[in-house]
Amino acid sequence: MISAALLKSVITYRGFIFGSVKREFQVKYGNAILGAAWTILNPLALILVYTVIFSEVMHSRLPGVTSTFAYSIYLCAGILTWGLFAEITGRSQNIFLDNANLIKKISFPRIALPLIVVLSACLNFAIIFGLFLGFLIISGNFPGWIMITLLPVLVIQILLAIGLGIILGVLNVFFRDVGQFFTIFLQFWFWFTPIVYPASILPPGVREALAWNPMAAIIGAYQTVLVNGTAPDWVSLARVAVISLLLCIFGLRLFRKRSGEMVDEL
Amino acid sequence: MMGHIQVRNLGKAFKQYPTRWSRLLEWMLPTMGKRHQLKWVLQDINFEIAPGEAVGLIGINGAGKSTLLKLVTGTTQPSTGTVAISGRVAALLELGMGFHPDFTGRQNVMMAGQLIGLTVEELATLMPSIEAFAEIGDYIDQPVRVYSSGMQMRLAFSIATARRPDVLIVDEAMSVGDAYFQHKSFERIRDFRRHGTTLLLVSHDKQAIQSVCDRAILLDGGRLSREGRPEEIMDYYNALIAERENHSLLTREVGGKVQTVSGTLEATVADIVLLDSENQPVEVVDVGAAVTLQVTVEAHAPIPRMVLGYMIKDRVGQTIYGTNTHLKDLALDNVVAGQKVTYRFAFPLNIGPGSYSVATAIVSTDTHLVNNYEWRDLALVFTVVNMRRPHFEGSAWLDPVIDIRTP
Repeated sequence: MISAALLKSVITYRGFIFGSVKREFQVKYGNAILGAAWTILNPLALILVYTVIFSEVMHSRLPGVTSTFAYSIYLCAGILTWGLFAEITGRSQNIFLDNANLIKKISFPRIALPLIVVLSACLNFAIIFGLFLGFLIISGNFPGWIMITLLPVLVIQILLAIGLGIILGVLNVFFRDVGQFFTIFLQFWFWFTPIVYPASILPPGVREALAWNPMAAIIGAYQTVLVNGTAPDWVSLARVAVISLLLCIFGLRLFRKRSGEMVDEL
Repeated sequence: MMGHIQVRNLGKAFKQYPTRWSRLLEWMLPTMGKRHQLKWVLQDINFEIAPGEAVGLIGINGAGKSTLLKLVTGTTQPSTGTVAISGRVAALLELGMGFHPDFTGRQNVMMAGQLIGLTVEELATLMPSIEAFAEIGDYIDQPVRVYSSGMQMRLAFSIATARRPDVLIVDEAMSVGDAYFQHKSFERIRDFRRHGTTLLLVSHDKQAIQSVCDRAILLDGGRLSREGRPEEIMDYYNALIAERENHSLLTREVGGKVQTVSGTLEATVADIVLLDSENQPVEVVDVGAAVTLQVTVEAHAPIPRMVLGYMIKDRVGQTIYGTNTHLKDLALDNVVAGQKVTYRFAFPLNIGPGSYSVATAIVSTDTHLVNNYEWRDLALVFTVVNMRRPHFEGSAWLDPVIDIRTP
């Protein structure tokens, strides 16, 4: 079926995929004096800004949590994981356009391109999340074994991002408005997801609308585990998982149906 | 058997939508019918290439050559028909694709090699030979951005041809690099051929097509217009270029070969003959003999400026020598209709043994692209034999005076 042939070509080109991920990493940091430190500095600055503004200036504290670091941890749990989502979707939407020359001139499995994006984003995420975990352990806020429950959450999140990313990537080849639109849409999406603020401060009507935001359930799961140390809400996650799978299937079908036409359009 | 190419009913059309919204509407409402028009760039292409065969693909710009190559290599999907290829395919479509300027030559070899389907282990074993063939020395460990374009090309060619493919597809890549590397890369392609690689070559370069290919295919307006021996197709192609402005083009068989005549035919070659030193017509000539090529041209219309040119070609159609009366400052002005002009070109036939042909062109300037009154291939065929000289190789008679000194 679809997946068998796809999987085979991916395995054949695994060297190319891993090599590209490695190369991307080197390109990004190889010529910078601080190197990979920039991976951390960027979100660190963001977290610092939010912590100062929201926690110190606006004196917002998380309801029911007293730890000094609680808000910072809450912020990190949201911003770092949102960053992974934003990187995958944001880069996949341009993945075919950016590699137009390669696609037109060389015969290779195109599905390798979004995979490179995902792996590359995961690598960046692993570095920064690893540091975050280190901070949790040192500051004595490590939630313990409950952390394991974050793995399925991460898988669901990546599936959601890649499904959406492939759809956007294909559509963007034919309708360039899609990329522009999604960049703006992502801004609204970020603020409509309880990342810098807790969901509890929203009016009840808006809070109900959050049920329609799959990222709210995912980010919420990270926050529950990392801040409260309790298991995430599996019911809402299951719903997101179904949405993610459907998006992936739709994305792959769209990709297969339009990949021939896509080459002509590039 | 590996290296077999079969192309059946191949066609390629691009979708053209009247506005940007039309595509969206068509996608949104698939039941409402098609909103695009198809622009066919290739239609009804059928051919087969046997394992080990070398085929040249010829056609003017826009004839669909590049599209056809992309279909054969699989980067583009056909609208109709199929392409079946057996064996490993290597394509030299655009050299240096996938190179990253900030990485060293060695790192780029690994990446570009993986992109064409080689594994890391294979590349590790091939690396020394890639390095050696590219001849870029210590630069292999420098970033590619400091390479000259020639060095990039050499490295790219070395990667693409690091392992002998079953099918090699070349798109005018050979015209890059210096003369030395061109020879070297061409030699590698010839070597692949000796080992059974099937070759599909696109080129405007007559020499390349005729010296390597067994067969040529001419594409014209997205269709397969002619298929046959390279020199015959090349002659037809040249005539086709000249024929652009509604000129007549006819072909006929001369001694098993196809003679092509094209042009406006306002002036034609009425008679052409090769004469020996006693003014007797000859067909077999000794190496170095003094001969005269006598061409009688008849004007059928007033010709403001008339130039006669001729080319002597060898067996496979490569030009050995060619000149015209424009280059010799002997163009005739205001030739009236009905006038007959006899040209006599006297020269020693300093060429090697073999079969040769003469092609003539009656034009107004240096090239047949401005006014082509008549272009005639295979106007005359003659044979050169070596009767009196010691044996020598090659198509030119460059007899040396030898001076050997032993101290």
